Amino acid sequence: MQEYNHSFNYRLQTNKWGEMEMLQIKDLSLHVEEGGSSVEILRNINLSFEEKKFYAITGPNGGGKSSLAKVIMGIVKPTQGSIYFNGEDITSLGITDRAKRKMGYAFQQPPRFKGFKIKDLLNLSFGEETSEQAICDVLLEVGLCAQDYLNRDVDASLSGGELKRIEIATVIARDLTLAIFDEPEAGIDLWSFQKLVETFKKMHKDKETIMIIISHQEKILRLADEVIIIADGTVKEQAKRDDIMPRIVQDLECGCNKTCDIGGSADAEPIG
Amino acid sequence: MLSQLDKKLLEKVADLHEIPQGAYNIRKNGSGIGRNTTNNINIVNKTDQSGIDIIVKPGTVNESVHIPVILSTEGFQDMVYNTFDIGEGSDVLVVAGCGIHSGGDENSQHDGVHDFIVRKGAKMRYVEKHYGEGDGTGKRILNPKTIITVEQDGVAEIELVQIKGVDQTIRDTEVYLHNNARLIVTERLLTYADQEAESKITVELLGEESTAQIISRSVAQDQSKQIFYLNMLGKNKCRGHIQCDSIIMDQAVVRAVPEISAYHTDAQLIHEAAIGKIASEQILKLMSLGLSENEAEEKILEGFLK
Repeated sequence: MQEYNHSFNYRLQTNKWGEMEMLQIKDLSLHVEEGGSSVEILRNINLSFEEKKFYAITGPNGGGKSSLAKVIMGIVKPTQGSIYFNGEDITSLGITDRAKRKMGYAFQQPPRFKGFKIKDLLNLSFGEETSEQAICDVLLEVGLCAQDYLNRDVDASLSGGELKRIEIATVIARDLTLAIFDEPEAGIDLWSFQKLVETFKKMHKDKETIMIIISHQEKILRLADEVIIIADGTVKEQAKRDDIMPRIVQDLECGCNKTCDIGGSADAEPIG
Repeated sequence: MLSQLDKKLLEKVADLHEIPQGAYNIRKNGSGIGRNTTNNINIVNKTDQSGIDIIVKPGTVNESVHIPVILSTEGFQDMVYNTFDIGEGSDVLVVAGCGIHSGGDENSQHDGVHDFIVRKGAKMRYVEKHYGEGDGTGKRILNPKTIITVEQDGVAEIELVQIKGVDQTIRDTEVYLHNNARLIVTERLLTYADQEAESKITVELLGEESTAQIISRSVAQDQSKQIFYLNMLGKNKCRGHIQCDSIIMDQAVVRAVPEISAYHTDAQLIHEAAIGKIASEQILKLMSLGLSENEAEEKILEGFLK
């Protein structure tokens, strides 16, 4: 007699290729009240992210990318819709509970902390007292020399680029199933950026972390398995990198030409 | 001689676990209960009033003197005048502080004047910690007055800390800086419940090339009240910088009254004052590392007051 296991509680869905969908966003919308009227930030978003994959999210400024990232991390509550992570409905969970489920988020504009040393902040990221070596290693991953930075305060004495790299280090330090980076390249010099690209690759490979990187950099988009374009608060497209990249590049050129028509310069930043 | 309670108070105000190394004078409930002098640091009772003279010989380096005060009898009112003479070219650490345990309903109070002269080329680090505990309704009151004169090329580094259990404090600090003298003041203050704290720091930059820096950080919780009067007077070619930073929470009240006055065209004085609640981005960031909201808040305050 064939045994049928009723207790088999397999809540994770698989996609058409049989890959597991770790993060699912269903019918998600976000409205905010502004001056008495409701403004739509995100509209009817449906996305799924599979385990071990690398995603890049791109699209014009103000299109809703950061808002989506904040909704995923629990920093902003959606008006409608639901979020499932590892088979669990996490829609009502707060930031702390999501962090404990191994989700991480690197802020686009990280805060500064008076009186916090970089060492202290990274110790909190590791979640326990860790060896100085481990902290040094993670600083090195973001291109900072540990000797110079360990005991510096995370305050106004750091430049924007330094602060941003510390922020990225706080996420790399954690053991994560899902890591979201919000425009990690902003304010970072070319040399350090090159190092970061390698670091993202390594993190993804070594820890099998699902990477979601919001970025406008072709180099980062090229790391991704899939690229998602968000514009006007909705998903314009989600496709395999090789299918979507040629179109993105073409769009960029188009957009640029348009700017030229109205008198912009050819080397204007196409998407900021 | 020292009870468990005394030891705890001593640890809180002077980081002392046992009887200190070097020179010390421990005052408990109005009388001296232990003293040690060294070849270079002498401590003698004043004859005209309650208090001691601490005399550091010129050239004394790497020595310390601890002069903690503890009050453990309910309703005790104490008043002292201590004079410090830090000899030329010396480099010493002075640790003062007052711990009050009041279990009853009467007020306990310690008022004291600390009068320093830091002589030519000497360097002094002065740490003053205030701490109170006990279940009684009696208020724990501390009113320290500190007067510091720093002679030519001298350096005074001052750390004033009050984190717990002091119900009322009026702290008055006056500093006089002569040629090329340097002053660094670090103040840390936390008030909660119905506590009230007033801190007045006046620095007169009298000498050429004298410099002063005051970094004051405070946290006001519950219904507590804080007032800061920080004043620098530049009377010569000098540089002064005041940074006054407060985190306000609950129904607390914080007032910062800045004053800088220049009496010389080469006096450069800066005053920065800020009062605000904990930035929500800081809390969100720490929560995203797995801390609860309360844990995040505690960590932020702990760092801020470190």
